[in-house]
Amino acid sequence: MAISLGKLTLGRIVQAAIVALVVGVVGFAMMEALPGDAAYRIAAGRYGYDMVTGAAAEQVRSELGLDRPAAERLLTWVGQTFTFDLGQSAVTGERVGHAIDHQLGHTVELALVAVAVALLIAVPIGVLAGLRPGSLFDRISAALAIVVRAMPAFLIGIVLMLVLAVELGLVPAAGHGHGGNFVLPALTLGIVLASVLTRVVRNAVAATVASDAFQFALHKGLPMRAAFLRHGVRNAAVPVVAYLGVQMALLLEGVVVVESVFSWPGIGHALTHAIFERDVPMLQGTALTLGLMFVLLSFLADLACRALDPRLNT
Amino acid sequence: MKQPLHALALALLVAAGIGLPDAYAQTRTDVAVAAPWHVSGIDPAQDGYTFQRMEVGETLVDADATGALRPGLATDWTVSDDGLTWRFDIRENVVFHDGSALDAAAAASSLNRAMTRPGILSSVPLEAIEADGNAVVVRLSEPFSAVPAVLANYTTMILAPASFDAEGNVVAFIGTGPFAVDKVETPLSLAVRRFDDYWGEAPAIEAASYLSASRAETRALMAESGDADVAVTLDPAGYAQLKRVDGIAVEAVSIPRSIVLKLNLARGPLADKAAREALSLAIDREGIAAGILRFPDAAATQLFPPVLKGWYDADLPPLAYDPERAAELLAGLGWEKGDDGILTRDGARFALTLRTFPNRPELPLIAAALQDQWRAIGVDLAVSVGNSSEIPAGHQDGSLDVALYARNYGLTPDPVVNTVDDFGTGGGDWGAMNWDAPEVAEALTAALRQSDPEARSAAIHTVASALQQELPVIPIAWYQHTVAYPVALEGLVVDPLERTYGLSAVRWAR
Repeated sequence: MAISLGKLTLGRIVQAAIVALVVGVVGFAMMEALPGDAAYRIAAGRYGYDMVTGAAAEQVRSELGLDRPAAERLLTWVGQTFTFDLGQSAVTGERVGHAIDHQLGHTVELALVAVAVALLIAVPIGVLAGLRPGSLFDRISAALAIVVRAMPAFLIGIVLMLVLAVELGLVPAAGHGHGGNFVLPALTLGIVLASVLTRVVRNAVAATVASDAFQFALHKGLPMRAAFLRHGVRNAAVPVVAYLGVQMALLLEGVVVVESVFSWPGIGHALTHAIFERDVPMLQGTALTLGLMFVLLSFLADLACRALDPRLNT
Repeated sequence: MKQPLHALALALLVAAGIGLPDAYAQTRTDVAVAAPWHVSGIDPAQDGYTFQRMEVGETLVDADATGALRPGLATDWTVSDDGLTWRFDIRENVVFHDGSALDAAAAASSLNRAMTRPGILSSVPLEAIEADGNAVVVRLSEPFSAVPAVLANYTTMILAPASFDAEGNVVAFIGTGPFAVDKVETPLSLAVRRFDDYWGEAPAIEAASYLSASRAETRALMAESGDADVAVTLDPAGYAQLKRVDGIAVEAVSIPRSIVLKLNLARGPLADKAAREALSLAIDREGIAAGILRFPDAAATQLFPPVLKGWYDADLPPLAYDPERAAELLAGLGWEKGDDGILTRDGARFALTLRTFPNRPELPLIAAALQDQWRAIGVDLAVSVGNSSEIPAGHQDGSLDVALYARNYGLTPDPVVNTVDDFGTGGGDWGAMNWDAPEVAEALTAALRQSDPEARSAAIHTVASALQQELPVIPIAWYQHTVAYPVALEGLVVDPLERTYGLSAVRWAR
């Protein structure tokens, strides 16, 4: 039943290749299917809408070869991608690889801080709730988690901005470049992430505490605290880590909105603008990077789970 | 349960404290600007306006806050008697940010390179731009009175030869302005520092930053929290909120940008002049201006706003709101209300689709108001909110019925260039569509070629009154440009032409 590490790695590499192909082809097909003339969209992105005219659009069309058949353009992209060349942005002319290099760095920084914030919030609350399932604390934390998860990320962002930046003047409202700029976007993303993570921690802890092994530890006379640290944490951590790996999708969804609200120069912001502006090379590049990141993160989560639970390796 | 939550709140506040901006209240030497537009690249053809507004790049001709032309990198200009040759004398002792000297050759080569990109120069009948001694000579195939105005547009900013690679791509933005580029982080930010060898008066501030904050809420909150000093283009809610904040000044100035409805006159119902007049009479401009834009004065009485001196015509009878008269006019054209309350004629319904876009947040709201107001006279208007570029695309392929947008007539200090593009023969992507008005095209050509002020103003009067009577586009409102800044930031002048944020003239009060 268990898979060897080698097989797992190989499987993930195959998966990465499939993801790359699917993202590339589906992304391209979706951009083709969107209504409207891409040459005009790109011209609007490049020159601002006061300057978009039929003439500017035609110049864009001939420069980028947009009148070539779709299949030919897709094959060109696939060919380039095999040589690790993501091409040039249709709007800014910047090398896509170079642009993503910057943006991904900013997004990963933000995501890591957000995960840390989420863990800081979710672990204490989840553990306390999970140790006493059904208690008042458990029910209140459940209600809060639902309320927060139901709120759009940009609303949480604006509320935090109002309270922490405008009313209290503690942190900068938006922007990038200072350490303080991390606080609000990371807190926003962390809170969104924590809403569901709290429940996952709580369930994992509750299941662990109810397990025979844990009950035996209590029966043999260990105090609750010692029993939980010795026999509970590691068991409960496995589903939490597995879940965090999957949660990256939610994080990326949040990143798209939160980066725009806080003017954070990350990959989510780049992705949305690439869609608006029909910047196909940029969209393909960002979507591909995000897809591969997703594969990498689930692989890392697998490895972490195996480290936590040796039974998975046998 | 209280303890862990308290501890958590405390931990978060401590974590938040790491980035506290200290020494905030002391005298400062920098200014932060927040605006909605991206810094997509460093090519003047692209987001050049940001480099112009941040005073990094300069043009041969400059304009003051009233739109009057004044010397920029050219100290003087003259035109030959046949109107075909313009000479611009290049200012001496000007250096680029890389230390190289500005001369006529550098200016001419920068302009020649601009000609290869989309921009305002493509509207000029150019033969050649050359250096001749210390002057740049512009040769035309036919007279064009607005050459100096065109050379004030941001796409004609003069960059140092070292700014371009062999293919003419911009590799660095090396201008001549009072501020030099410190760092560009596409697409969101730009940092500039004072250029000590500037030819004009040195700025008081040492550095400035530009941040693209696409959400209006973000910009307003940044202004309120002090993260942005100069916040531009506020939404009505943010403007009202900042007005109540102590220490922050808000200003709204009328700019040469008009919110208009473009009509495809090839659509049956829109071909009749009386039908267009009826549609115009059915629009409650004051209601839209007061309710959506929150500036009652923004209601347009004609296409060109008063800020466009020489083009705004105080003698024109203002556009009025009279839905009853509108209904009479339509009845006179044979339109009758059907069972669903929508007008029909010969079995065809009076139904149109309007295209607009959300980048300017008030446009979809105005579209909804128009839908409601036209429905009252029996016109069925479907609203499609998409991308701005669908309007010129729909103009080109003929699929457009009606479009709502804000048109900038201030791209050059003299709007004749845009006006010819929009209302000249064949109309324009952002102007008339299938409107046949040879007398207007003729008057526009006259305005374009004539340098004589009287003949010019007669021609402009012909254009403005024809637009008012024929309504190839229906004016709705005049755009208000809104800016918020701290009271302590002295000397800030809001430029109605949006050519500058005025940073070289500001200083922080003690």
